[in-house]
Amino acid sequence: MILEVKGLSKRFGGIRAVDGLDLSLASGELVGLIGPNGSGKTTVFNVITGIYAPDAGAVAFDGAPIGGLAPHRINRMGIARTFQNIRIFKNLSVMDNVKVARHGLARYGPVAALCRTGRFRAAEREMAEEGEGLLGIFSLRDRRDELAGILPYGDQRRLEIARALASKPRVLLLDEPAAGMNPSEVGRLKDLILGIRDRFRLTILLIEHQMSLVMEICERIAVMDFGQVIARGRPDEIREDPRVIEAYLGAETIAEDIE
Amino acid sequence: MDALLNPYWIQIFELACVFAVSALGLNIIYGYTGLFSLGHAAFYGIGAYTAAFLMKSYGGDSQAAFLAAVLCGGAAAAAVAALIGLPTMRLTSDYLGIATLGFGVIMKVVFDNADAFLPELGGARGMTGISRMTSLPWALGFLVLSTLVVRNLVHSSYGRALTAIREDETAAGTMGIDVFRCKLAGFTVGCAFAGIAGGLYAHLYAFLHPSNFDFIKSVDVLMIVVIGGLGNMSGTLAAAFGWVFLLEGMRFLLPPDYVELRWVVIPVLLVATMLLRPQGLLGRRELPFLRGGGLQ
Amino acid sequence: MDYFLQQTINGLQIGFVYALIALGYTMVYGVVRLINFAHGDVFMVGAFIGLYAIDRGRLPLPVVFAAAIVGCALLAVVIERVAYRPLRDAPKIAVLITAIGVSFFLEYFTSLNQVFGPNYYSFPRPFEVVSWEIGEVTVTNIQAIIFAVTLSCLVALQYVVYRTKAGKAMRAVSHDHVAAGLMGVNVNLVITFTFGLGAALAGAGGVLYGIAYPQVNTFMGFVPGLKAFTAAVLGGIGSIPGAVLGALIMGQAETMTSAYLSSTYRDGIAFLILILVLLWRPTGIMGSPRADKV
Repeated sequence: MILEVKGLSKRFGGIRAVDGLDLSLASGELVGLIGPNGSGKTTVFNVITGIYAPDAGAVAFDGAPIGGLAPHRINRMGIARTFQNIRIFKNLSVMDNVKVARHGLARYGPVAALCRTGRFRAAEREMAEEGEGLLGIFSLRDRRDELAGILPYGDQRRLEIARALASKPRVLLLDEPAAGMNPSEVGRLKDLILGIRDRFRLTILLIEHQMSLVMEICERIAVMDFGQVIARGRPDEIREDPRVIEAYLGAETIAEDIE
Repeated sequence: MDALLNPYWIQIFELACVFAVSALGLNIIYGYTGLFSLGHAAFYGIGAYTAAFLMKSYGGDSQAAFLAAVLCGGAAAAAVAALIGLPTMRLTSDYLGIATLGFGVIMKVVFDNADAFLPELGGARGMTGISRMTSLPWALGFLVLSTLVVRNLVHSSYGRALTAIREDETAAGTMGIDVFRCKLAGFTVGCAFAGIAGGLYAHLYAFLHPSNFDFIKSVDVLMIVVIGGLGNMSGTLAAAFGWVFLLEGMRFLLPPDYVELRWVVIPVLLVATMLLRPQGLLGRRELPFLRGGGLQ
Repeated sequence: MDYFLQQTINGLQIGFVYALIALGYTMVYGVVRLINFAHGDVFMVGAFIGLYAIDRGRLPLPVVFAAAIVGCALLAVVIERVAYRPLRDAPKIAVLITAIGVSFFLEYFTSLNQVFGPNYYSFPRPFEVVSWEIGEVTVTNIQAIIFAVTLSCLVALQYVVYRTKAGKAMRAVSHDHVAAGLMGVNVNLVITFTFGLGAALAGAGGVLYGIAYPQVNTFMGFVPGLKAFTAAVLGGIGSIPGAVLGALIMGQAETMTSAYLSSTYRDGIAFLILILVLLWRPTGIMGSPRADKV
């Protein structure tokens, strides 16, 4: 198990965003995390990546406990993520967005930067080359010097994934990468995710509302509602599960009562 | 041409160089890292008094001693910055502004009462007896060096990290950037520049008074950085020089009764800039020698 | 002990004036998240209006207060419309810097000879000072007036904020201005109203300050403004009772420092308190920590 979450709880004031959640990922898996809005999916991501400390429960990465560690340490250990509402660095260029994710792995100190030593130049060249490579995979190479903030929406989403990959993670958490995309874009995204999973030997946990994407590429799915996992299984199992249907479509049951 | 080279204008030029060094420091802190510091003048003052005290007590007339004194001023400012940065770097921007403002006021009170523990510092009467060491080569030299240092820092992974923190701290953290450490470093380095500028300032007019380091002076340098364009080195330099020369120039341009009007014109200019061109004079464009150049 | 009690009364005197100023800071921050640096200078204008009303106009005291209140409210409304509203959607820093600019402008513009003038001016006392011995302490009629006026203002404010539609709108906007707007609240009007209300209180504070410390000067607003702001942060910025509490604490701290240590440290203590509060509990005594949704 490369990532293990046990009994995780997180509260905000009176609201229990995550309430005793268990989740585990084996190395190389592509797992989906779905559930209605407000079910706590993004909070789970936030705890795993260190933005929040858990109130209860444990998170372990490759056996090592990471609950409560600072985000940058968790990232350097090998977990990277994207955000639901795109948090790229708008006033940095596309290339710089990707380069900056390498900062933790930078192999020169500030003095080397000041004096522009050979080591500095070599490291910068390497960063540029690796950045080019990544941007190429995400079809962003042409826009490398443009400010990230002016990119069209789809490009920004892909840039965020590229940036996350630049920090050389082993686990990638994607938070609604297909949000706002049309079917053909979703199709391209599907190929992209599968491609990077294989090429970079990643384990991927995916939050998504677009069921076409989830059902097609996820090997396993966990369904959340009210901060807990209410169902787990393969996509075909989940599709038929009555609890899942109720969580998503509960309103219909109510509507029937009114009639 | 002779009029331009007369000692008065040369001293103004030297003052502009000093301001520019201080402004470059604030540009790192606020322009690049996004830390809203309203206490920059306090660090300017720490550098000034430290350098002046060392030079006056031990340096005599030696140029080498002067260099050491100025650098010590920078180091002192950096040390204090690191100290107060430790608890304050985790504050959000509004509160950081207030905290630094408060620190600035406290430092002014310290400067006012400094003669209680070190009589040479003069306290509220001011410090005299400082030798006029800041000549044109020193002022220009420090400015060029500071500019190079800032440029090299900015166009490196460290500069990118600072800018990322300014753009989105949370995201920067999840990308492996140690946000707290970088903020502290950016703050300390920026304040070090303020301290160096202060050391130069002390030996420019040979007189120090706590009123040189109050909140208004922090606002001056903030205005320079904002009007020049946040995170824009060329703009900071242009604005610093523009500011000093404009202030002096208005002394001559305005009729004698209305000389005080320049203090009214300045804030109007500031507000107008905010309303009409908030990205500053140059926005994002840098002069050629300040751009990243062959790095990409 | 009597000395201590006496100093406590003196501390209340300045504390109440700070409260009137602090309320303006806290209310404006509540609705637009802006630290209105120019607020202290509005207070200064109130003092000067008081000066002219008493000195030149020879107006009775209630009218003097009314003049200052109305004058300052108008000033704040103009500032808000001209300098702050255009920047409503700009990054926060732009408005903050503009506020600093407005503050400087007010200070320097009024210091011109053609306006108020650059000197210190004597604020005329509109009545004879009378003091009463209550037990071991002395209370002056100046202090009584300060207490009375401030308390009336607080009661009136309480009424406006909690029992009028305008007040309800203010509270709605300070909670969530987008939702308030969607509910039909005229957000612009509410913001302008809040500025005006805060300034009105500051105007009254200016007159009281002038009566109590009869030396006015166009730069006099800066330090009290800063201290009142500190008080608002101490009490919890955005909280009305917090502002009052913070101001009273500030007044006591300052007066006690001056009385028992030295008056030169008086200003420093205010900011020392500020920094300690920010480090210990940035949301202040009565503020509630806000969690940012990621």
